[in-house]
Amino acid sequence: MSHCLTARSIDHVILERGEVANSWKTERWDSLRLLTPNWMSRLPGYQYEGDDPDGFLTMPETIAFIERYAGAISAPVRTRTRVTSATRLDDGYLVATDNGEWRCRSLVVATGACNVPALPPVAEALPPAIQALTSREYRNPGRLEPGGVLVVGASASGTQIAEEIQHSGRPVTLAVGEHIRSPRVYRGRDIKWWMDAAGVLDDRYDEVDDIGRARNVPSLQLAGSKDRRTVDLNRLTGLGVRLVGRLAGIADGNAQFSGSLRNQCELSDLKMNRLLERIDAWATEHGLDGEVDPPQRFEPTRVDASPPLGIDLRRGEIRTVVWATGFHPDYSWLQAPVLDRKGRIRHDGGIVESPGMYLLGIPFLRRRRSSLIDGAASDARDLADHLARYLDHRTVGSGA
Amino acid sequence: MPVTKQPVDNGVNVQALLDARQALTDAPAGAKFKWRAKCEWVRGTHSRSTIENFYGLGDEQKHRTKFTYEADHPEIFASEDHGATPVEIVLAGLASCLTAGVAAVAQNRGIQLHSVTATIEGGMDIQGILGIDSDVRNGFDGIKVIYDIKADATPEEIRAIVAQSQKRSAVYDVITNPTNVTVEVR
Repeated sequence: MSHCLTARSIDHVILERGEVANSWKTERWDSLRLLTPNWMSRLPGYQYEGDDPDGFLTMPETIAFIERYAGAISAPVRTRTRVTSATRLDDGYLVATDNGEWRCRSLVVATGACNVPALPPVAEALPPAIQALTSREYRNPGRLEPGGVLVVGASASGTQIAEEIQHSGRPVTLAVGEHIRSPRVYRGRDIKWWMDAAGVLDDRYDEVDDIGRARNVPSLQLAGSKDRRTVDLNRLTGLGVRLVGRLAGIADGNAQFSGSLRNQCELSDLKMNRLLERIDAWATEHGLDGEVDPPQRFEPTRVDASPPLGIDLRRGEIRTVVWATGFHPDYSWLQAPVLDRKGRIRHDGGIVESPGMYLLGIPFLRRRRSSLIDGAASDARDLADHLARYLDHRTVGSGA
Repeated sequence: MPVTKQPVDNGVNVQALLDARQALTDAPAGAKFKWRAKCEWVRGTHSRSTIENFYGLGDEQKHRTKFTYEADHPEIFASEDHGATPVEIVLAGLASCLTAGVAAVAQNRGIQLHSVTATIEGGMDIQGILGIDSDVRNGFDGIKVIYDIKADATPEEIRAIVAQSQKRSAVYDVITNPTNVTVEVR
């Protein structure tokens, strides 16, 4: 956004509570790599230029990438400046920080979708003897106690964490609710290459069936790794991970799992196959069938006939619980009537109801691509255009 | 001769459902429902339940007529078999709920149904209810539902409808997830 504003000669400042790339530096586990291949690390006027376009950036590499970008575009960043409130004024916003106040005509909220771990209410009932941590606090298996681990949540974070903890010799039970399965590589190309090429990532927020639903779907079960491996439930089962249904309750120290595991896996397999069908149709239509590997369908997710419905958490079998149950944004600092009853900002593709306010960097903001680094360019460009028109209009208006 | 596509009609008013969804998104208090039944002991294991009133959309509501359900146990339980066993009524509830969902989802997806049959079976080891073995639970050790569906759709589309129906089913949720139950005596 800063790049787009600079290109339009709009004076601006970026307020950052910590350092540039703060959440990448402080809220990620050690082995994590980006879920998108390197060639997809594209920002306005800047992109990955290393020698491994099909690889996946590690966290230190991601941090360096973002830091270099901040330097390259001379972003006017005020680091160590935490916004404590933003209040609507007649002609703009008053932004209070722990490092002075700012008045601005326009405000872009780019605080992300992952501020507060979304723990299920049952988390409170976890017996205190069990070590509990969120996917944001988790760093590596070595920091966990020896013994069994219950990972709750089977999206990108939960499946990756389950895999590496299982490898460490701690037996993992994975509680699986709604999730979306995906191969890493399909017909010889990265799944993100297909989604990019076939236009899946360009599906627009005002054209999909149910945008409320689209913004809430879990992340694809993807991992970035050197061997570009698929980390789906079948792989985890093969490694010895035990699958159970969604964690539905904890009563008297007993974890209770939903009996819906089979259907969750069925829904996920069907959804994956619909994506693969869309890709295959696109490949045929664009004459790629001779160039890439033939279409492929994957073994359905294997589910035990009777997965366990409960585990006694006081028995010592489970020593640690990792909550990989997603996040909520935190807009508690925002003093403007723009939140819906679930605390989300009401907006139309990032244009917030409050004049001059914009939202950037949340899932499916304007396109499916919006949740990726690669989505920032098109979203920022669209919103910067709107913002520039808004400021022009205001200037004319106030001059009249 | 040109073929005119018949409009899909499974007898589900999807528009009314979608309208209700929108209205209740804007006024979530109206979405709070209370479902009720009254059960009277007759004799032995025979009881008679009646269902007439419920609460929803911010007000007391009434079925068009009062519905009555007899429940009993079969003769091999030394009962008189005046009605289905309560666990069979639970199975009927699950099958009805999923089947209603199949119809609604199919309608919403523009798929014409011709026939839908659910065959449902719940396994139970009655050592639990008889108190023979405390390690055996009272309830089902598993429930299996098999659908036979004839529709203008591919097998994949039909599987997707059945999966979506489970995802949105109240009885499926009641059975697959724990629910706090409070029983009091007045």
